[in-house]
Amino acid sequence: MDVSNKEKFTLSSELIEYIDSCKQQAHFKSFLINVLQRIQDIHGYLPQCLMEETALRLGVPTAKVYGVATFYHMFRLEPQGKHTINICLGTACYVKGAQRVLDAFKSHLNIDIDETTEDLMFTLKAARCVGTCGLAPVVMIDNDVYAKVTPEDVLTIITKYRQS
Amino acid sequence: MTEQNMVTLTIDDEKVTVPAGTSVMHAAEKVGIKVPRLCYHPRLSVEGACRVCIVELKGSRNFIASCATPVQEGMEVITTSPSIREARRDIVELILDNHPKECQTCERDGNCELQRLAYAMGVRERHFEGKRKNYDNDLSGAGVIRIPNKCVLCQRCVRVCEEVQGVTALSQTHRGFDTVVMPAFNLPFAESVCTYCGQCINVCPTAAFLEKDSTRALFKAISNPEMTVIAQFAPSVRAAVGEGFGLEPGISMEGQMVTALRKLGVDVVFDTQFSADLTIMEEAHEFIHRLTNGGVLPMITSCSAAWMKYIEQFHPSILANVSTCKSPMSMMSAVTKSFYAKKMNLDPDKIFNVAVMCCTAKKYEAARPELYGDNGKPYTDAVITTREFVWMVKAQGIDFINLKKSEPDSALGFSSGAGAIFGTTGGVMEAALRTAYEKITGESLAEINFNAVRGMKGIKEAEVNIGGNIVKVAVAHGLANAKTLMKQVEEGVSPYHFIEVMGCPGGCIGGGGQPYAGSNSIPLDTAILEKRAQALYNIDEKKVIRKSHENPEIQRLYKEFLGAPLSEVAHKYLHTHYKQHFPQGI
Repeated sequence: MDVSNKEKFTLSSELIEYIDSCKQQAHFKSFLINVLQRIQDIHGYLPQCLMEETALRLGVPTAKVYGVATFYHMFRLEPQGKHTINICLGTACYVKGAQRVLDAFKSHLNIDIDETTEDLMFTLKAARCVGTCGLAPVVMIDNDVYAKVTPEDVLTIITKYRQS
Repeated sequence: MTEQNMVTLTIDDEKVTVPAGTSVMHAAEKVGIKVPRLCYHPRLSVEGACRVCIVELKGSRNFIASCATPVQEGMEVITTSPSIREARRDIVELILDNHPKECQTCERDGNCELQRLAYAMGVRERHFEGKRKNYDNDLSGAGVIRIPNKCVLCQRCVRVCEEVQGVTALSQTHRGFDTVVMPAFNLPFAESVCTYCGQCINVCPTAAFLEKDSTRALFKAISNPEMTVIAQFAPSVRAAVGEGFGLEPGISMEGQMVTALRKLGVDVVFDTQFSADLTIMEEAHEFIHRLTNGGVLPMITSCSAAWMKYIEQFHPSILANVSTCKSPMSMMSAVTKSFYAKKMNLDPDKIFNVAVMCCTAKKYEAARPELYGDNGKPYTDAVITTREFVWMVKAQGIDFINLKKSEPDSALGFSSGAGAIFGTTGGVMEAALRTAYEKITGESLAEINFNAVRGMKGIKEAEVNIGGNIVKVAVAHGLANAKTLMKQVEEGVSPYHFIEVMGCPGGCIGGGGQPYAGSNSIPLDTAILEKRAQALYNIDEKKVIRKSHENPEIQRLYKEFLGAPLSEVAHKYLHTHYKQHFPQGI
């Protein structure tokens, strides 16, 4: 259901050092979330093999690690694209045609919301108002803001990232 | 208990004084109110998940969960108002709303805590029809299967697996409506650290966990005229099977079991107590050998199937400490397809060995390739749990309680008292000590009962003077207790010479395949386990022969077939080796 990634990674020496230092603390199990956050910072998601390695190293049963990883929305269990496309579907963007912009991204990338392209270039996400309604409809790619986007602009935007 | 540590509160206008820290639920029991409950279990931590046990608390805006609320001085609690009754009914109705309406075709029909609760709460109609979860069943496990749609998220399985068994194969995953109890990474049971002990089945209020069915295979074998069906039944089964027919716990139904197996169509009935005697012969001699030849100590018993899977996954570095003896079940099956087949001129391939066990993990053991015969097939063809046996007997209309008693067949059917007590925690140790003592000293035991290793304490210790040498022994039941002893062994600081481990609380009598708790009892209740254990001790007391090495059928088996304990033939059929299994447990 959740775990399709079978990529093999091992914990970096920094992470190993960090986990070992956590183990010295009282209530060391409570550091699990911090460890998982650091893994996600490096890999963009939580690879299964690293959750297993963390479980053994930190001494928290693997089932518990998985329970925590699935409980919090901030943790991602699938590899993320190199670029994250956030399409604002807030009220202002929506009435200015954000749905059509979203549909254009979906058809050009051939993925749905919260999915990642097979080449791991793009992850598509919907946002609820990015706070710049004057620029509606707004699309954010990583930290770049695109204002007044039309469906016709989409291919140009995607191509720019593919070529960079 | 000093005055300051006592708290006085009012429950339903009645004053009650209880120790500080007592839950409102337990305080209410003092005034004759057993607040309805679902997720609460006395042997597990308090979860407060189901909200069924709510009560009214004066001054509180909301109803409170009585299991999770400690008493306070001057509290005024009401447990029986109309609004609390209606709220509880609605809560149960909402739980049912996300539960399949399959009672009549469910394995737990008539034995289901949720059914009983819905009846007691007065749910007579279903008002809420909402979205319902829809997950696939996990049938991959050799011993235990998982039916997530029947789960009510009470978390008893998660808690028993972690707190009593120290396995933590299960966790609550995801959140809100999408919450599911599952192994890590939603992997199939077969790829998880699950030991198949079946305690999740015992504590589950519904049928979210079940044993893997083996009754079809057995019915098929029985109806095949070419097959000789040979049955064996574990010591602990006779001590609990009556409960499946509504009898009080603690009544041995040994004779009725033999008769019922014959009525089911089994051709030959042997007794696992016989092969328990055989295990003791091998295990006691292995222990003596290790003790006197500088072998690896402490020696650890190997007859509990869940325990073996556990140690292979959780403590692989100390597998050399584990006795190489197979379990009594596997010894019996190996002997029937070798010695008995030859003696009776039977083709081993035409023998169907069925074992009636208290255990779900024995299904896994039977399927282990290490325990296959030379022909590449398992020695044990099917394992049915006590519950499956009860159902088969009911399905055939056999009047179990009123059956005439009968004796197991000879050759592999006679047992000593030592074989009987195998089914309870401490029994293997006591049986082994009876034989080891006499073999080492050459003297007859004056006091045959080793009371220090009896009882339901989690870890028991004893020192036995064997011919001037002090032998230190320990007994653990429930895998979390075993973990404590194994850490000592791993660190090289274990003070013991011999350790008995049984995977389930109480030993086999508390196995994951035993009858479900009845309407006035709770699963894993220590009082019930003690009664089952007493039934086995009573069998032992009544036997003339109470030591395995004095069993004449055991002596004959060695004379005609095995030679001596630990001989080459004995090693071929009665011993095995273990290796690390993955995934590694923590």
